Amino acid sequence: MAIQTAKRWQVWLEERLGWDRVREFLAHKKVPVHSGTAWYYFGGITLFLFGIQVATGILLLLYYRPTAAEAYESVQFIMTRVEFGWLIRSIHSWSANLMVLTAFIHMFSVAFLRGWQRPRELTWLSGILLLGLTLAFGFTGYLLPWNTTAYFATKVGTDLAGSVPFVGPGLARFLRGGDEVTGATLTRFFGFHVAVLPALTTALLGLHLALVQRFGISTPPWLESRGDVPQMPFVPNFLLRELMAWYLALGTLGMLAALFPWPLGEKADPFAPAPAGIRPEWYFLAAFYTLKLLPSHIWVLESEQAGLIGLGLLALWWAALPFWGVRPDGRERTKLVTGTGVLLIAWLSTFSVLGYLK
Amino acid sequence: MPDTRRRAVNYLLGSGIIASLASFLYPVAKFLRPPRVPEAPVNEVTVPGAARMAPNSARIVRFGTEPVLLIRVSEAEWRAFGATCTHLNCTVQYRSESQQIWCACHNGFYDLNGRVVSGPPPRPLDEFVVRARGDEVVIARRS
Repeated sequence: MAIQTAKRWQVWLEERLGWDRVREFLAHKKVPVHSGTAWYYFGGITLFLFGIQVATGILLLLYYRPTAAEAYESVQFIMTRVEFGWLIRSIHSWSANLMVLTAFIHMFSVAFLRGWQRPRELTWLSGILLLGLTLAFGFTGYLLPWNTTAYFATKVGTDLAGSVPFVGPGLARFLRGGDEVTGATLTRFFGFHVAVLPALTTALLGLHLALVQRFGISTPPWLESRGDVPQMPFVPNFLLRELMAWYLALGTLGMLAALFPWPLGEKADPFAPAPAGIRPEWYFLAAFYTLKLLPSHIWVLESEQAGLIGLGLLALWWAALPFWGVRPDGRERTKLVTGTGVLLIAWLSTFSVLGYLK
Repeated sequence: MPDTRRRAVNYLLGSGIIASLASFLYPVAKFLRPPRVPEAPVNEVTVPGAARMAPNSARIVRFGTEPVLLIRVSEAEWRAFGATCTHLNCTVQYRSESQQIWCACHNGFYDLNGRVVSGPPPRPLDEFVVRARGDEVVIARRS
């Protein structure tokens, strides 16, 4: 009887929502099976972690207060007085970090598996922008507890933004809501973090996912040329495996939150000195250490300016991968692409470790 | 696989999944309930400067977390009532021209005994005790 009622609902909704077309599409969706198939999970895991961020973020929003006077105390309240507040907040912080990591893994695996080749150039570009948005989420969210580390990290970060030629000072004032990092900065970062960035991310994510559905999961070109690559049906085979990966990710988050709860720190005091050993979050360490190594002046530019221009050009070049990764005649520049990817990973990992140790 | 064994495995898997989902949703549900903020109970408040209040005037006084309406009816007569309207919790005010307590939200009227005269309020205002000793005026809960 219950099954008949369920079926009647299904028919009623299908007539109005057109679910049968979605089901048709999903029934035919396939995933290539080869030695690199495991990498295909990372995009979905990043998406899942983003979902976790939205959910835990909304929960935190119920108690958080975005003013310099109350922000720290409200986070303290969440961590100590709200039931499972420590869990929700620690999951939010850990998931943010894991999401940056999985986004990088996803990007590099796509780069090496050549998922950016024609016609997937826009998927790659939207992905790069999404990575930028993820880092922006990290940067803005980091300030919200209004503790000492966050305060100084934001001071340094916005000062660096101010070093960009021409637009720098204006950009820094726009980010800070003034000439210094104050309560105005906190309110502004809060607005970016909970409204502006989510809106931009939703739009870009919609495009990214739509493009992925349109062109399907890519097969590495060296396999495609060899002939028949075995395929796995998306439903139920790949989907169930993916759900399992998500389940493990959630479990990992819970474990990390329980074993390594995110610290509260001390309330920000602009007139106290920056604490010894302060450094940015790990995903900014490589850039931070690179900037530290540069001499104070390069040609007519100050080191931050030169460093930022250099890093900016590097990012633009990497974003343009689909365009220089293939020759005009369509043949791939294999060694250049693989070499660049390997060098980039080597730079990021080495300099992150060095930035951490120094 | 025989049907009974498949059904048993499906049952175990299904109930395991439901149990895990419950274990995720339980902390969220508990999180959503606002924690009780323990308030130190306030039983008495001394009102500074009350002696300077004119007769037939009133003032809203902070009594712990709630507002209390202190009315100086005449030189020696004082009344005090909870200033929260019993209708929908707006804060009431004193109307000296009619010597009534009035709620602006839905036009509820109370008399100087806190009893409802007209309008939607269902119950009289909470009564408080006022002790005036010389220049000192103290409001206390009715025990």
